[in-house]
Amino acid sequence: MGSLLTQSMARTTVRAEETPQGKQFLTLTLGGEIFAIPIENIREIIEFSGLTEIPLMPDFLRGVINLRGSVVPVIDLAARFGRSNTQISRRTCIVILEVSQEDNVLALGVMVDAVNEVLSIEPSQIEPAPNFGAQIRADFIDGMISLGERFVIALDIQRVLAVDEMSSLIGLAGSSSTENAVIAT
Amino acid sequence: MNLDAARAALVEEARELLVAMEDALLQIEAGTGGPDGINAIFRAAHTIKGSAGLFAFDNVVSFTHIVESVLDRVRNGKLEIDEAMLSLLLKSGDYIATLVDAIERNTEQEEPNPALRSKLEAELKSYLDTSSVAQTALEAAEPEPAAQLEIDEGERVSSDNWHLSLRFNEDVLRQGLDPLSFIRYLCTLGRIVHLHTISEPIPAAEHYDAESSYLGYEIDFESDASRSQIEGVFEFVREESQIRILPPHSKIDEYIQLIESLAEPAGRLGEILIHGGALSESELERVLNQQQEQDRPPPLGTMLVEQQMVPPNVVSAALSKQKQSEEKRSHEQKFIKVEVGKLDQLIDLVGELVIAGAGANLVAKQKSVNAFEEAAQSVSVLVEQIRDAALTLRMVPIGEVFQRFPRVVREVSRDLGKEIELVITGAETELDKSMVEKLSDPLMHIVRNAMDHGLESTEDRILLGKPSCGIMRLNAFHDSGSIVIEVSDDGRGLNRERILAKAIERGLISAEQHLSDNEIYRLIFEPGFSTAEKVTNLSGRGVGMDVVKKNIEALRGEVEVDSTPEHGATIRIRLPLTLAIIDGFQVMVHGSVYVIPLEMVIECVDLVHQDYRHNIIKLRGEPLPFIRLRSLFGHPPSAAQQRESLVVVQYGSQRAGLVVDQLLGEFQAVIKPLGLLFQQMKGIGGSTILGNGQVSLILDIPHLIHMTSQREMPPMLATSRSELSEKINH
Repeated sequence: MGSLLTQSMARTTVRAEETPQGKQFLTLTLGGEIFAIPIENIREIIEFSGLTEIPLMPDFLRGVINLRGSVVPVIDLAARFGRSNTQISRRTCIVILEVSQEDNVLALGVMVDAVNEVLSIEPSQIEPAPNFGAQIRADFIDGMISLGERFVIALDIQRVLAVDEMSSLIGLAGSSSTENAVIAT
Repeated sequence: MNLDAARAALVEEARELLVAMEDALLQIEAGTGGPDGINAIFRAAHTIKGSAGLFAFDNVVSFTHIVESVLDRVRNGKLEIDEAMLSLLLKSGDYIATLVDAIERNTEQEEPNPALRSKLEAELKSYLDTSSVAQTALEAAEPEPAAQLEIDEGERVSSDNWHLSLRFNEDVLRQGLDPLSFIRYLCTLGRIVHLHTISEPIPAAEHYDAESSYLGYEIDFESDASRSQIEGVFEFVREESQIRILPPHSKIDEYIQLIESLAEPAGRLGEILIHGGALSESELERVLNQQQEQDRPPPLGTMLVEQQMVPPNVVSAALSKQKQSEEKRSHEQKFIKVEVGKLDQLIDLVGELVIAGAGANLVAKQKSVNAFEEAAQSVSVLVEQIRDAALTLRMVPIGEVFQRFPRVVREVSRDLGKEIELVITGAETELDKSMVEKLSDPLMHIVRNAMDHGLESTEDRILLGKPSCGIMRLNAFHDSGSIVIEVSDDGRGLNRERILAKAIERGLISAEQHLSDNEIYRLIFEPGFSTAEKVTNLSGRGVGMDVVKKNIEALRGEVEVDSTPEHGATIRIRLPLTLAIIDGFQVMVHGSVYVIPLEMVIECVDLVHQDYRHNIIKLRGEPLPFIRLRSLFGHPPSAAQQRESLVVVQYGSQRAGLVVDQLLGEFQAVIKPLGLLFQQMKGIGGSTILGNGQVSLILDIPHLIHMTSQREMPPMLATSRSELSEKINH
């Protein structure tokens, strides 16, 4: 099974290497804007090569992919931020992240326009986020990374990909689409 | 040796033994136990004590010891087993189970419930105290069986001493050996309590040879030495003399215990006796030689007893040990214990093999080389067989769940003061091990509920002219790819009026709604629904039946309820046989492949274009409602000239059609769970991976039908239900 996939997916495995001074972040592009994710949550990055859509899902859930025999859900990060869906292009990637929900560790794919580079960031380079202005939910932000003349938003992946929140949104989407609220029995 | 592994093995063994013990106790209560039952209980307690002793789990050892002592009295007929004692023994078994749990959690140093322990110990000891009086009385009246062993001269073995019977060879003096020196040497090992000289063999004076030894000696010997040590004293004269060594009484019991507790599979009677210390090797050799010299050799056991080398009760203990180890050996040939993890790994691999096989098949079809296709075909036939065989490895009889219930029913019937008889059928019906574990809680709820609410009290039953003893039935059977489990009682049945009143009161339905009986009965599965007028500690708190339903649905199963007023109710659980792999039927809808479980597919027909708006067609004269998957999933309708197909599916008694774009045929689907994120999703049961590596979704037919039928429900019911659910959820 694995062989079928590896042919079609160029895999890059990211190794977490804490530098003595700082923390490493992966920067990625989303709708022209740059975000950063701490690399310890990242399992691997794969090229986008199609996915299976699931009917009656909220916009942010793009579908599922087969990752070497396990089925992994793919989240459209732009849609999760309340923006329009990510358009598929040649550089579209899926970043496979590990998030924990209670005692379970769950693999989730995040669809992004492109991945850029891994940066080592000194603690002094990270500023707390201002109260507003980021244009995404405040609890999604871990901090602002100062990069030259500008700031890049570092995402709090556990909040962005909060499993319980997303799963109740998925439950709601399924039932509201059937006109009269279909109630879980 | 890995201690953790040994600890885990101990825990597992102890649990098995406790289950066996409980079973046997309940059998005794039902009057079907017999002496084997008592022995089984005693053995269980004894083995637990022994194993715990190896690890120095003193909590377990000391407690089990008391239980064992009581059981020993029962086994010897010194105590009569009565109801109170049965209850006490059951409770003690439970307490041992808590101690075992503590071992599993590595907290065995602490006493989990000292108060309960001391209470149980006091109760157990009360049996020991009264019976010890009885015991001494018994002992006084009737000497221990070993005392019946009489030696030639009619002397008895006195109680706690060894008895040595020495007849030296006549030539012993001529050989330069003095019997007296042996006896002196014997004194270095212990104390001669009594020595009786046998002088009868001394011939008349004219035949008397001064160089011959005529005397025999009967010695009572007090010593802690082992049999072989004592025998060693006479090593030089053994060949030609008759030396018999009879063990003291306490030793006899010790031998029996030792033999029973022998861990290694001792095969032969002689070996068992040597291991137990009741016989020394040289003695065995001699008897075996004698046995061979005879024309029709008697069994070794008989010879040993005849020659008074081993008391008969020791031989019989050894014989039963021999039988046990034979049974064990044949048992071992039939079963191998396999770690569940290894089995799961195998099943996962078989799953991957099935997917890879499907991929190979796909390539074979594309290449359209006959030989290749044939080869791929025969591989997939084999893969299918391997899949089926691998899945049966995980199948276990549902009896594993059912065996908990006799105890539960017994206890509940006591608590409620109702007479209840439990009838279990179909316990051998098999289903997936992973489901067995998840089934026991829901079943427990149902059974408790039925006993509490379903069955009438004994007085009411008599008034109604029913037999005073209520009957609970647990039944299981296979039915077209599912397993069906029925829990029925012969009680009052569901009270239609009361359920209706309660449902209206709780706002589940409106008063003017007309519901069929079945719809009303199904209301009991609504969250927060309970009609019990009094809350008992068993049920009636309004949690239960909705949880049951949820648990069963999590296993891709369904619960139904049937009821006949005054004759009882039946709760029927229908579950798929396995959670791992299903035969699927692939269909195409709007460019995506979906899988329908094949066992639900009845037939496929072409859908003729129709002008009317409603979604019901006439199939063989019957109306058949259908669901357009495109519109349900929010896709645009297909082009007018496009041919569509109708898949007719059946679930339980419901039949419906699904309109799809294209039929793609059968396929083995390895079910891949969609995971936590999709917990609340309806309509999709899981996913599978197709031969080309794509993920395909498995349709959850019961939910699809349910979702669609709810859409067309009277709005009143739908909304009031939703409000209620929300109230409960928040």
